[in-house]
Amino acid sequence: MKRIALAMALAFGTQLAPAQQTVKMASLVELSGPGTTSGTNFRNGIDLAVKEINAAGGILGRKIVMETNDTQSNPAVAKALTVKAIDNDVYVVMGPVFSGSIIVSMAETRRAEVPNFTGGEAAAITLQGNPYVFRTSFSQATGMPKIANYIASGLKAKSVVVMFVNNDFGKGGRDQIIKEFGTRNIKVVADISTDPAQVDFSSPVLRAKQANADALFAYLNEEESARLLRELRKQGYDKPIVGETTIMGQKVIELAGDAANGVKGHVGLTIDAPIAAIRAFSAKYEREFKSKTDHNGIKGYTGMYVVKAVTEKIGKFDRKAFAAVMKNACFSAKQYPGVLMDLCFDDKGDIDRESFLVEVKNGQQVVVETLPPLTKR
Amino acid sequence: MSDFLQLIISGTATGAIYALAALGFTLLWQASGTINFAQGEFVMVPAIVTLLAMSYGLPLWLAFLLACAASMLLLGLGFKRLVVDPLIRHGTIPLVIATLGLSIGVKNLMKSSYSAEAYPFPNLFPATLFSVGDLKISVYDIGTLLLAGAIVFGLQAFLNRTLTGRAMQAVAQNTEAATVLGIDVKRMVLYVFLINALLAAVAALLVTPTYLAKFDMGDTIGLKAFYAAIIGGFNQTRGALLGGVLVGILENLMGAYVSPAYKEGVALMLFLVVILFRPEGLLGRVEERKV
Repeated sequence: MKRIALAMALAFGTQLAPAQQTVKMASLVELSGPGTTSGTNFRNGIDLAVKEINAAGGILGRKIVMETNDTQSNPAVAKALTVKAIDNDVYVVMGPVFSGSIIVSMAETRRAEVPNFTGGEAAAITLQGNPYVFRTSFSQATGMPKIANYIASGLKAKSVVVMFVNNDFGKGGRDQIIKEFGTRNIKVVADISTDPAQVDFSSPVLRAKQANADALFAYLNEEESARLLRELRKQGYDKPIVGETTIMGQKVIELAGDAANGVKGHVGLTIDAPIAAIRAFSAKYEREFKSKTDHNGIKGYTGMYVVKAVTEKIGKFDRKAFAAVMKNACFSAKQYPGVLMDLCFDDKGDIDRESFLVEVKNGQQVVVETLPPLTKR
Repeated sequence: MSDFLQLIISGTATGAIYALAALGFTLLWQASGTINFAQGEFVMVPAIVTLLAMSYGLPLWLAFLLACAASMLLLGLGFKRLVVDPLIRHGTIPLVIATLGLSIGVKNLMKSSYSAEAYPFPNLFPATLFSVGDLKISVYDIGTLLLAGAIVFGLQAFLNRTLTGRAMQAVAQNTEAATVLGIDVKRMVLYVFLINALLAAVAALLVTPTYLAKFDMGDTIGLKAFYAAIIGGFNQTRGALLGGVLVGILENLMGAYVSPAYKEGVALMLFLVVILFRPEGLLGRVEERKV
């Protein structure tokens, strides 16, 4: 009997010891489907941060065990995986990146009171009063006024063509930018919807040419942006092409080749930012994954470091306390180097920090201007 | 008017690529009664093989030749021996289901063994424009149209004017009679599978610069090619050409003059109309089969 008790104690002991030294988290990202580029970069950013954090001793002495799953860019799959992650008793859920997916899946993390970081930009994500959802990138409500200002003042455009992808991300951006154009007396002469995963852009581009506007504002996902740029080049479109974040992304530049040159716009994050910490992160990422990251890699990386910073701030693994501390919290890059740039969250989970106006020149993002955060703290 | 002509030219170029893939559907159906729903993946595989070969420093033309050889070996000979031959005696439906499974399997294999991400693919033709009056035409469109057109008409000439081509047609029309006439039926059927694999490789070369090389790039072209083959006539190689070009042009016109939102539905609408009013296809012939 004693032997059995000893054996059981040893067996349970060996199982319990590693669990006490680790903390489970879930990374639910788009590793296939139209969101592959975004999801893969976001996942890589997370994995790099986890590797560094674990190598430095983990969070409060506990190593992170990250389980990664593919949402297939499908909201229903994202929701199911979120339920699975919650059943697995994860501390935090990272992702999904696609707005359409997080809008559906975050109801589950809210119900289970599990903090959920997302790369989604649709304004609707943080307008639902969910205290457990936090962004790693700007909301469209933050980014669109900045790009509208640039189109009005920088380009002095009086008329624009708006081309968007017909999903939650694209429609949210389209509604926001049209509102911003309205307040600046910029006329939208063509409002062109395109499909997710669309491959042939010949007719949308022809319609844009026929509209003869002063500029084209394009708001599509990465692969579609690259195909659009190739078609614009093929048809000889000669008006300024402007976008918000995605169309100037590294992957888009790689896929579109020369056709990406000349594209201008606003980005919340870029590896070409004149910030030493971001340049160092970019070099580390390239060494680790043998490819360049886009803004999504930075989002995943900084998101993980925010998790570390908040947990260390509260001194324990407490999901409710985590969500409470995130309200109106600020993190300086000096105190928390992993966040790369000074950043603040508001009471809704929206993020604020410096951002950049960029132009693609010779296949590189070139930062033209650094814009201050919307709110000074 | 110049916009309209531009749409027609670019639509014809896109349609010619659909026609290449659609030709594969019609050839396989005629020669062996096979409907291959993995046709889109047959386009994706040579695209990825070409990129892989180029990553080892091979020039595009050599990488493409290597992809053609790999395509004929794996997707021609391998597909026939490993999938079609064992299943064909059980009828069309098991084979259709097997090709649907093959499509999913090939995609997932490529995703896990190569990459889930999209990659740029070099253009065979320069990205330059030339003007004819108000009309701006891209060299890419013209090059695609000429190359795809030459292959389609070359294949037609091969099938109609050479002994082997006529023997292949004879097998397609009546296998038993062809056997009685001393035609090596098995060999002719194998030729059809090899030609289908080769057509898919050429389609990959032309379409991938636009579609981008990715494991799921075959979804769209596979479906469009199937619609094109049905619209034109599943039992007529000329039908595949007509169906492909018709879909390409109508998609462009719908996208430009009605709404880009309806563009992707054009092929399906046309497909439904043809199925309802002319099920044999625009150029197809009515077939009677004993059941």
